[in-house]
This record gives sequence, structure tokens and C-alpha cells, in this order.
Amino acid sequence: MSTAPRLTALDALHRSLGATMTDFAGWDMPLRYASERDEHNAVRTKAGLFDLSHMGEITLTGPEAVKALDYALVGNISTVGVGRARYTHICQEDGGIVDDLIVYRLGETEYMVVANASNAQVVLDALTERAAGFDTEVRDDRDAYALIAVQGPESPGILASLTDADLDGLKYYAGLPGTVAGVPALIARTGYTGEDGFELFVAPEHAVELWQALTKAGEGVGLVPAGLSCRDTLRLEAGMPLYGHELTTALTPFDAGLGRVVKFEKEGDFVGRAALEAAAEKAATKAPRKLVGLIAEGRRVPRAGFPVTFGGEVIGEVTSGAPSPTLGKPIAMAYVDAEHAAPGASGVGVDIRGTHEPYEVVALPFYKRQK
Amino acid sequence: MSTPENLRYTKEHEWLSDVVDGVATVGITEFAANALGDVVYAQLPAVGDTVTEGETCGELESTKSVSDLYSPVSGEIVEANQDVVDDPALVNTAPFEGGWLFKVRISEEPKDVLSAEEYTKLTAGN
Repeated sequence: MSTAPRLTALDALHRSLGATMTDFAGWDMPLRYASERDEHNAVRTKAGLFDLSHMGEITLTGPEAVKALDYALVGNISTVGVGRARYTHICQEDGGIVDDLIVYRLGETEYMVVANASNAQVVLDALTERAAGFDTEVRDDRDAYALIAVQGPESPGILASLTDADLDGLKYYAGLPGTVAGVPALIARTGYTGEDGFELFVAPEHAVELWQALTKAGEGVGLVPAGLSCRDTLRLEAGMPLYGHELTTALTPFDAGLGRVVKFEKEGDFVGRAALEAAAEKAATKAPRKLVGLIAEGRRVPRAGFPVTFGGEVIGEVTSGAPSPTLGKPIAMAYVDAEHAAPGASGVGVDIRGTHEPYEVVALPFYKRQK
Repeated sequence: MSTPENLRYTKEHEWLSDVVDGVATVGITEFAANALGDVVYAQLPAVGDTVTEGETCGELESTKSVSDLYSPVSGEIVEANQDVVDDPALVNTAPFEGGWLFKVRISEEPKDVLSAEEYTKLTAGN
């Protein structure tokens, strides 16, 4: 494509902070501001501030919005209370994953679906088509929101200093409308880092003001701006899948070890039900490959697409890999033949540019925060 | 960004020091270090290895990618920087000083090196 990358409402601010920018799903996004390892560690121990405005928001309203979502998605959206959120998938008729999503129930009959930037159009098209028979309106709200996340153990204190909203009452995977630094915002306790944190959906014209207020509020407690590079290592340590890596249309949620998001018990048909029932049975009886964690014994870093090997045979493929700042070693997620997927399986390695590097098979996640 | 006047440079973003008693020091530039991001692993040539100008002689791995290291000059390796092997972040924090990579006994004058001014022009606009 020759189209110019899209810029977020915070673009000038990122440049003034000296960010290294990168093209991500057609958006020009901050990759890092200084050291991505320092940014990563700040989120783990203090707090980081992210621009996630590339994420795609789609709103469904109307009396049958929930029925439409129950039909279009694999989750049981009927059980989501007002002010709560749910992680779910949207699948093809054949069970392949179109995208992973968070659905926020904003009101009795209003839901916001947040899709990955790279899939936002596909998800919008699918939801529009799948909702056609229901009394609901599907609205493209991608341009209606900027999204700023503050993540890390200091984030509740930082946010509390800027809002009267009841953050103590706001549980993980909940969201409520409020005011932050004088700006109307949807305050969600969600994230993609493995830490406590918040995602703030605001009108783009308020994004700079909110970012600056958060920066000031976090000054004394070590808040730093954080880019997509550390977001990737944070989510990898937390064992969270990334679309295009651990999740693709060639895989079902069961293949990805996320069968729990598929709710067969819900009422009515949903797109992919028949194929997913078959996939569930296959995963339970003869899973070909499983998603595992790998920890390097050496220092060379596995990358997406590298073969996982055993005794010279290819037994899997790395889907994401990076040096882990928290573990101090290279780590990876990989799909590995079931017989080699048990934690502690011996003799497993990654072929890194022609050399078999030994790796330990572990259960995911690599990192779990102390609560 | 700093580009010391007393060094010579390559298009592959290595630098080469003045030659003292036939030996020159090699590293990567601040421009290259910034582009790589945090270096987490450095595979350097071993003492005694023969390196050839313009050919790969090691690799530098960062959070996002791995990059080949090219020798800016032909010769024999007389020292590899163990400090960088132990703490690869030195490449980011002090690319022209403590983050040097190896020392090489030069067998012939390099043909394809740039002055500081030429190198600055090469990287301008990036």
C-alpha cells in the first residue's frame, strides 16, 4: 500500500518526546522513547504511559445488540453485566480466529467492541454482516476515540489523583464512564502487560490534555512514556497471545489453548459453532500441537517463524520471541507437537540461523504479578 | 547525535579508530545503536580469527531484531571486548568508548571507509 500512515492525536507529542516511530497496521506509532528495557521495567515496577489509539472501537446499540454479539462472537455476552468487560474471539464459520476482542458493556443496550488495529476493518465488516438480522446498529467508532493506557503498580495512585471515579470499586475487566483530569473518559481496568492498569478511551481532541495530566501526576512515582516494543515484551512475559502470531485464521481458539473463551452452553447458534465443537473434541483427544513457553539456556533470541527442533527434526514453530527483561533470558511462545509440549520436556531447542540452541519447555505465563 | 571526527566509518554503520602499532579498534556508531534499540547479545569474532573488509564477522541482537556485524577492515582479531559480551548494553550507552567491539591487526588498508563528514551526510534525514 502506498497510503501514508495514520497519525494518532498524540503524534506531535511523541515526536517532541524523541520517540522512535514505527509503522504498525497502517499507523505511525511510538516503538520506544528511549530504552525499551527501561520502559518495560518501569511498567513492571512503577508505571508506563501508552498511546494505543490505533486499536479499533466498534459500538453496537439497540435492543438486540447483545443477541447480535452472542451470534457473532464465541463468548457468552449475555452474562456480561453493565460496566463489565469480557475477553473473547470472533471466528470464521470454519472456527478459524478472525480476531481477539474485548467487549465492554457500556449500558443496558450499548456495547463497545475493541479490535486489533490490523483487523479492525475485517471485524467491523463481519459484525455488520452478522448483525444484519438483529435489531441493532453497528457503528464504526474508530475515529471517535483516542486510547491512552497507564499500566503498572503505581497506576491506581496516579489515576486516583486525577479522578473522583471509584477506582477501588472498579475490578479487573470492568469499565465505567467518568472524568479524568477534567476530561470525559471511559475508564477501563484492562491492559496487555500483566500488570494492574487502566485504559482510558477519550475523544481525540482531549488526548493531549489527558496525556499531559497523567505525565504530571506520575512524575514523582516513576511514570515513563512507553512504546509498542515494551508492550510486546510485557505481553509475551505475561503469556498473552498476539493476533498474527499466536492467533490466526488457520487456528481455532482450541488450537491456541484458549478454548475456555468458547461458550457452547449459550443459547442459540453462533458463527463457527459446529466447527468449534469438532475442534474442541479434537483438542481434547489428539491435539496436534500445543502452545508452550520456551526459555533459553543460552543468549541467542528466537524470533517468530524459527523452527523448534528435537533430535534434528522440526517439532514446532516459534510464534513470538524476545529477550525477557524480567527473566534476563530470551523467551518464546511456540506451537510444539503435543508429545514434546509437557513442561520440562528434554532435548527441545530452537534452530537459530542454523544452530540448535537448547530451550526449556515451560507452562505459560512466564511472569505473573504478585497481588 | 555524535560522530567523532577522529574515526572512520562504513556504510554498515561501523566505526574504525586510528591505527596504533598496526592495530585498530572497531565498534558500531551511535546512529546504529539507536536504530537497533537495546542490544541484548553480542556475538563477536574470537581472538585469532581472520576478518575480511565488508564481510560479516558476528552479530548483534536487540529486542526487536538481529543484525550482522561487518568488519570495516581486513586483518586478524587481537582482542574482543569481554565487557560488551558480559554487558551488551554498553553498545547503547557508550558506542564510541566502553562499547567498542573488537581490535584487529590490519592486514591491508580499508578501501571503503567514510570520513565523519561523509558518514554524517549518509545518516542525515534518518
